Amino acid sequence: MDEQFEPKLIGILCNWCSYMAADLVGTSRIRYAPNIRIIRVMCSGRIESQLILWAFRSGADGVLIGGCNPGDCHYQEGNYKALRRVTLLKQMLPQFGIEPERLRLDWICASCAEEMRKTVEGFTAQIRNLGPLRLQTPPLLKPIKIEMEVSRHVEA
Amino acid sequence: MSGFNSSTNGHPPRIGVFICHCGTNIAGKVNVPEVVEFARTLPFVAVAKEYKYMCSDPGQEMIKHDIQQYGLTRLLVAACSPHIHEETFRKVASEASINPFLFQMVNIRELVSWVTEDGHEATEKAKAMIRAAAKRVLFHDELEPKKYPVKPGVVVVGGGIAGIHAALVMADAGERVYLVEREPSIGGHMAMFDKTFPTLDCAACILTPKMTTVRRHPNITVLSYSEVVEVSGFVGNFKVKVKKKPRYVVEEKCVGCYECIEACVFKEPRFPNEFDLGLGKRKPIYVPFPQAVPPVPMIDPETCIQFRTGKCPKGCVNACGDRDGIDFDQKDEIVELEVGGIIVATGFDTFDASRLPYYGYGIYPNVYTGLEVERLLNASGPTGGEVLLRNGQKPQSVGIIHCVGSRDENTNRWCSRVCCMYSLKLAHLMKERTGAEVYNFYIDIRAPGKGYEEFYDRLLQEGVHFIRGKVAEVSDWAMTPDEENRLVIRVEDTLIGMVRRIPVDMVILSVGLEPQRDAQEVTKLFNISCSTGNWFMERHPKLAPVSTMSAGIYLAGACQGPKDIPDTVAQAGAAAAEVLALTHKSVIEVEPNTAFIDERYCSGCQICVGLCPYSAIYYDEEKKVAVLNEPLCLGCGVCAAACPSGAAQQHLFQDEQLYAEIEGALVGVG
Repeated sequence: MDEQFEPKLIGILCNWCSYMAADLVGTSRIRYAPNIRIIRVMCSGRIESQLILWAFRSGADGVLIGGCNPGDCHYQEGNYKALRRVTLLKQMLPQFGIEPERLRLDWICASCAEEMRKTVEGFTAQIRNLGPLRLQTPPLLKPIKIEMEVSRHVEA
Repeated sequence: MSGFNSSTNGHPPRIGVFICHCGTNIAGKVNVPEVVEFARTLPFVAVAKEYKYMCSDPGQEMIKHDIQQYGLTRLLVAACSPHIHEETFRKVASEASINPFLFQMVNIRELVSWVTEDGHEATEKAKAMIRAAAKRVLFHDELEPKKYPVKPGVVVVGGGIAGIHAALVMADAGERVYLVEREPSIGGHMAMFDKTFPTLDCAACILTPKMTTVRRHPNITVLSYSEVVEVSGFVGNFKVKVKKKPRYVVEEKCVGCYECIEACVFKEPRFPNEFDLGLGKRKPIYVPFPQAVPPVPMIDPETCIQFRTGKCPKGCVNACGDRDGIDFDQKDEIVELEVGGIIVATGFDTFDASRLPYYGYGIYPNVYTGLEVERLLNASGPTGGEVLLRNGQKPQSVGIIHCVGSRDENTNRWCSRVCCMYSLKLAHLMKERTGAEVYNFYIDIRAPGKGYEEFYDRLLQEGVHFIRGKVAEVSDWAMTPDEENRLVIRVEDTLIGMVRRIPVDMVILSVGLEPQRDAQEVTKLFNISCSTGNWFMERHPKLAPVSTMSAGIYLAGACQGPKDIPDTVAQAGAAAAEVLALTHKSVIEVEPNTAFIDERYCSGCQICVGLCPYSAIYYDEEKKVAVLNEPLCLGCGVCAAACPSGAAQQHLFQDEQLYAEIEGALVGVG
């Protein structure tokens, strides 16, 4: 490989803390690596394992989950629920042939612009070192009804 | 299930993509024409256009026009953060008779152009995000904003000048106001001051009339010595639980004669008065300061003989007599309030000067903080307004050290905004009251208010010394006879370029402003965020400076950042107006991002029931399915994530929408 590998990353951020931080990085004109594509959800507790696996299956080399600091969740404890899910999922990822390091959960507060930059830069570098994710057989992860729905619309 | 069918009557969807230049903010980095060309190639995109400022009137008109002309059924705007203009473009959609939720905002400014170094990379990222949104928007459903009635009434948390002013404005407008103050009296820091800069108005003369108006106002209920312990509900419909701490004097029975204080077994005040920062003394039964509102004494169980031994002759009870106002058995009382809006005005704390041992606070008795000197200067303070050293003598020379705990990377980086001006004020008062030589040690003088620079000029005329330099240390180490038994300030005078030693009798530390020590807990209580340094975060630093990210909760005063009194009062008025704008509506519209449960797929496993943080889901025993109580749902989506069969979903964040967005963001991007 003569050309440097540029990973594709998905960041799923909660509306109140980590997405606000991502906005703040922008308003502060702080630069970071362009590899990450950010998806907004209301709460990190909305992020289910299937969503993360779907991202890997769709070609992501890494998935970053951003939530509020412990105790700061806008919905009381959605971030703890995210933590539980991510911890469990990380144990299962090797069975799919995915290194657990490809999934990262971080608490990033609404005013933590610098931390956001560091997290994204650090994660990008980490996944760059890991190299591309090569899934042998993409597992079928989504409920069938949705699977059909998606393909019907996109191929239409 | 999906919006694809429900909103298009069987016709293929027609998406309009509108890409904003935001002047050069986006277009300076992202190659917008290239992105427009790319957008035109995406499935179902009927039209893609660019414009310099999409949020401007012509931009909005263009979108409306195109919706009609091209028969668009879905709308995509790639511009700034949804936190800024999502509402704007939803309105555009609905004015052009598209359901406003068949719209998706793509944030290519904060998340792309402003954070990406390379123009090509930024362009590619913008394309990917637009592709993601174009895929997502196919699955959007038509939604209606949820509408709820707004309850009257407002809780104001914090009875300083911010809370007082906001409460009065709203009460005068006819709103029911509950003013919650955790100290025994309202008044806050302002009640502690002697004079206010730059006009040298007596703080009490301008504040106490407002305090008594608050007390007498038929629309205001003052809950003093009380704290908010629980907040639930949502905009327009908050439930606030307030704990009234026992003051052991029944507020309703007390007439404010203070005979109980006279009759206390302690003939002389013996215990440090918290309001005087320990400089003055009080009895176990006391009012913190003469103008306190409510004018009701309280008993401190730590020092009261009756509480400690149970063997007090109870002079206070006898003095109160038939009024029977003393109640040693008073307990915490919980008051439940239902209101439409909340103003948080919890104010600030001053920097703890003992964190900087080289300034000698807590080591040398004649090193004071600015706030302590306010009490010494105050006519109702511990010394009756006379400035005396600990040995009872008047100081001959005074050094005032600016920026203690401000503009310092070892403590707080921010400028506390008020210290320069209050230092000047104290310098003036010191000179006036004691005739002492006064030295100001400053980094920069910041006097950017109406009449402030003129006040600084006046001080220069008055012969106060100004030495530019950050003080290295305060010590009692004398090198010359002149320095014996005095405090020596060692400083580099940066204007003459040499180190000086200046002996003084009294040192005043101009301590900076900090968030309240429990600011973090307060943010959790009200579900608001903190910005850097734990100051409460406004919704937008310029355009929504008194709103928070939590709808219906507003900020006033120094809890949001260091502020002087004029700014605090102005902000309190602004917060009051915002709340009135809310509570005077009969109905409030709330983002319809609630959950919904499709009974057809629900297996009745009840996982969601236990996970919902608001107990908004219950189990229907007859139908054997989970049912959502929609008004209680605040839209976190935890149930949707946990549901094993996909029956629980969240509007605006449905599975298909998120799957489509993720796939769109990834597939084909190199």
